[in-house]
Amino acid sequence: MTDTYYHPKDLARFGEIGKEAPELWQKFSEWYAAVFKEGALTEREKALIALAVAHAVQCPYCIDAYATASLEKGSTPEQMTEAVHVAAAIRGGASLVHGVQMRNCVDKLSM
Amino acid sequence: MGLSTLLNTRSPLADTLTQRARLDALPLARTFGDAVAAAGHRPLRASGISVLQVNVGKRCNQACHHCHVDAGPDRTEVMPPDVVDACLRFLETTDIPTVDITGGAPELHPQFRDIVRRARAAGRHVMDRCNLTITRLPNYADLPDFFADHQVEVVASLPSFAARQTDAQRGDGVFEDSLAALRRFNELGYGIEGTGLLLSLVTNPVGAFLPGSQRSLEADWKRELGRRYGISFNRLYTITNMPISRFLEFLERSGNLQGYMEKLVAAFNPAAVDGLMCRSTLSVGWDGRLYDCDFNQMIDLGTADDMPSTIFEADAAALADRPIVIGPHCFGCTAGGGSSCGGSTVT
Repeated sequence: MTDTYYHPKDLARFGEIGKEAPELWQKFSEWYAAVFKEGALTEREKALIALAVAHAVQCPYCIDAYATASLEKGSTPEQMTEAVHVAAAIRGGASLVHGVQMRNCVDKLSM
Repeated sequence: MGLSTLLNTRSPLADTLTQRARLDALPLARTFGDAVAAAGHRPLRASGISVLQVNVGKRCNQACHHCHVDAGPDRTEVMPPDVVDACLRFLETTDIPTVDITGGAPELHPQFRDIVRRARAAGRHVMDRCNLTITRLPNYADLPDFFADHQVEVVASLPSFAARQTDAQRGDGVFEDSLAALRRFNELGYGIEGTGLLLSLVTNPVGAFLPGSQRSLEADWKRELGRRYGISFNRLYTITNMPISRFLEFLERSGNLQGYMEKLVAAFNPAAVDGLMCRSTLSVGWDGRLYDCDFNQMIDLGTADDMPSTIFEADAAALADRPIVIGPHCFGCTAGGGSSCGGSTVT
């Protein structure tokens, strides 16, 4: 076992996950590459979405990878920060909107 | 933020031999020679001379953090008149179509306008590597009009369409001055389709990462500079920062040198080799010495041993297929979409 759960160098070892299931890894790799190609959205826009999602799922590897990718695709730190705020707002809003469910429960039980 | 040259701060990296030794000592997956050999170039050779790049000196009104020339206000190297004359005579006796004037801030050279006039009189396309802010200084405010009168292509540096990133690389206030300069160029017709006055922008990443797709970024930049500031331009050139001089100092200081070099090596693109700038450019230093490119010039890697070494003995035929002198820094020109003074080399 390692003495830390996350290590930056492990990102470069991502492909090792394919050793036990190479066909699945191959399919994932091809699909992943296709997803990030320019389409209706630019590569820069897709990298910003990935950066926001990386924060929502709190993946340190993804944050490193898509902070770098966003810079390389031409996003500014201001744009990247706004993307992170979007992720945070959705996470925060997702918690808060469940307050309606709480209110429904309270309403049903209360006189 | 005060910016200084390596020379002024007495950095060990002001010595080009030290720079080369630091790069040579890095453990990398392969050498540049092996990489280009695998791409079919054994050795890498020039394929003609379509650009004569003349570096007229290291004087500059700015001292940008990434500058591969280590240019700045404290530098005194200026191309002397006999070298200027030799460059122009060489140009006039060959059919090299383009002259690329660079520095420092080339406009500070006392003979700058004579060089432009004579190159234009010889019928050559002239490019000026302009830092933009030079045109905001009182004695140089008429430069945009001079450029327009002589149909000079202006290749202007602007790392970002955001103020903070531009000023972080080039100094406080540079972004606002650059916008004012660009607006003046636009007023004269530069950057406007159909005028024939070419305004190209050059962006270098503001940090230890690679530039993105030139085509994609150009579209973003046109939209953002137009939307935010009403500024137009013709082309965007993306240039990878070379791991030499002041950018090398930044990489060492920030702990990014090994990682950056590994990234350049891993991003080696065989398709970028054919269009390498050194294969079609001859670079002349302020003192008349010849180089394969401006980057080799800044780390004192002259032309190959059996080749003419100064502009005074330049032989266009011999230099046209010369072997190129290479080093680890060359990975900067083959990473991803490729990089050159004319931007990406892979379409």
